[in-house]
Amino acid sequence: MLNSSLKQLGEELRAKKISSVELTQIHLDRITKHNPQLNTFLRVNHDDMSLAQARAADAMLAKGDAQPLTGIPVAQKDIFCAKGWPTTCGSKMLENFIAPYDAHVIEQFNKAGAVNLGKTNMDEFAMGSSNETSYFGPVRNPWDLNAVPGGSSGGAACAVAARLCAAATGTDTGGSIRQPAALCGISGIKPTYGTVSRYGMIAFASSLDQAGPMARCAEDLALLLNVMAGFDTRDSTSLQRDKEDYTRDLNNPLSDLRIGLPKEFFAAGLSQDVADSVYAAIAEYKKLGATIVDISLPNSRLSVPVYYVLAPAEASSNLSRYDGVRYGYRAPEYSDLADMYEKSRAQGFGEEVKRRIMIGTYVLSHGYYDAYYLQAQKIRRLIAQDFTDAFKQCDVIMGPTSPSTAFKLGEKGDDPVQMYLSDIYTIAVNLAGLPGMSIPCGFGSNGLPVGLQIIGNYFAEARMLNVAHQYQLATDHHDRAPKNIGL
Amino acid sequence: MSLTDADVKKIALLARLAMSEAEIATARSQLSGIFDLIAEMQAVNTNGVAPMSHAQDVSQRLREDTVTENNQRELFQSIAPQVEAGLYLVPQVIE
Repeated sequence: MLNSSLKQLGEELRAKKISSVELTQIHLDRITKHNPQLNTFLRVNHDDMSLAQARAADAMLAKGDAQPLTGIPVAQKDIFCAKGWPTTCGSKMLENFIAPYDAHVIEQFNKAGAVNLGKTNMDEFAMGSSNETSYFGPVRNPWDLNAVPGGSSGGAACAVAARLCAAATGTDTGGSIRQPAALCGISGIKPTYGTVSRYGMIAFASSLDQAGPMARCAEDLALLLNVMAGFDTRDSTSLQRDKEDYTRDLNNPLSDLRIGLPKEFFAAGLSQDVADSVYAAIAEYKKLGATIVDISLPNSRLSVPVYYVLAPAEASSNLSRYDGVRYGYRAPEYSDLADMYEKSRAQGFGEEVKRRIMIGTYVLSHGYYDAYYLQAQKIRRLIAQDFTDAFKQCDVIMGPTSPSTAFKLGEKGDDPVQMYLSDIYTIAVNLAGLPGMSIPCGFGSNGLPVGLQIIGNYFAEARMLNVAHQYQLATDHHDRAPKNIGL
Repeated sequence: MSLTDADVKKIALLARLAMSEAEIATARSQLSGIFDLIAEMQAVNTNGVAPMSHAQDVSQRLREDTVTENNQRELFQSIAPQVEAGLYLVPQVIE
């Protein structure tokens, strides 16, 4: 049951072999047992929320009104506002914030009859690559409790890997779905920018933020994306496109597939064990009929510096709303209005968030705008153009998701720059607004999972999911589960 | 690039973040490291390149100028730090 795909779970629910209440209770019991060690869920609300939704799902199932995800327990990243749920974004600033409305993503899952199992831990305001910036303490990697799960969607990745939920949601601004998916040995996809509405998703860097599903296999991701994607007038960057069925191409053969391998993704800085697993995956794709094309993304080396101008600039603007007036934390003592702002923000935000607000404030300040922000936006176009050129020669681009397997808790804590470089292969995809995914492709020398990154052209999600699904039919890396999680 | 304490204090003021002297010193060294990373950008020739502000070059959607939201003052003020008589309370700014 815990290793079943969403398709299998849906069939069993519709055949009344198990009820949604039973399935939800199994997961809630596992959360009760394993969460004290993993710290992956910030909030669960068994009776009032999750089981009430499960009972409603069982009623839909009984009436024959079920959709593919009806009755399936899904963990929601704590960045999505869910009405009546505490929604903290991993921050002291929002520790007591009860969301007064539902994010579009939450509405979509509710309409589909899915069960919200609880809110997952994350780096504070999604700023981090290890989950260590969460005000509520780090999540642990279920494969090695002394290692990080990645970030910022580390709670979501851990919950899926440890079988504490059937599937989860994440968000990805610079790699926050793909990197934790890689480090925890699960599958995750960040769709094309504008595919999933950002309404009710707490903003970090609005021109880069994009939500997506995290699950154990590509077929599950396709079913989840069918629910999450869709036009929403409340997000001004939501794309007005016809509804797609992301499962439509899953079973296509890969005989005509051209895979681009960017030389920049296999250069110095990549761990040998990660490179070995990625090359083994490429060899498997050749067996499935794909051809390999050598490509170059010459400006991708600039993606980290560009990102650390643009994302903090947008963050400093977005996070100016936290002033201790309408919601969120207010300092207990202050002398006047300015002092109230400064103390509330200083006490409510953690170190990494403050660091990024300061970078952003500086690069947007008078006299520096052209040298930093404008220059970064110009290079962003060069980076995007590299991908456009590459996709003339290939259908998908492949490489490592992360330069190494999961690192130890505290290992990169003192050096922000080292932490930033752990997203070196994922950031360019956000800057270009392209879809990217990570699927498990083996294990490193320390026995920890390795992720294969698959990058597609704009709106190529169905093809990417097909590419991932065919690999998962031929291999079993995605079926492997960590020990010590009571399976 | 190396920032001075005065630079950091100015940034903290603009960002409305209270900082102690010790925090300013730490921030100065960490921010300088990050700006060294960012400095790699400066050498790139971007003459004639149009800035890219968004991934999809689509124009802003417009809608009719009509009210689309209901008044939810009580719900929204229920999560505010301090309210009175339907108003958000802040320290006095006008004598």
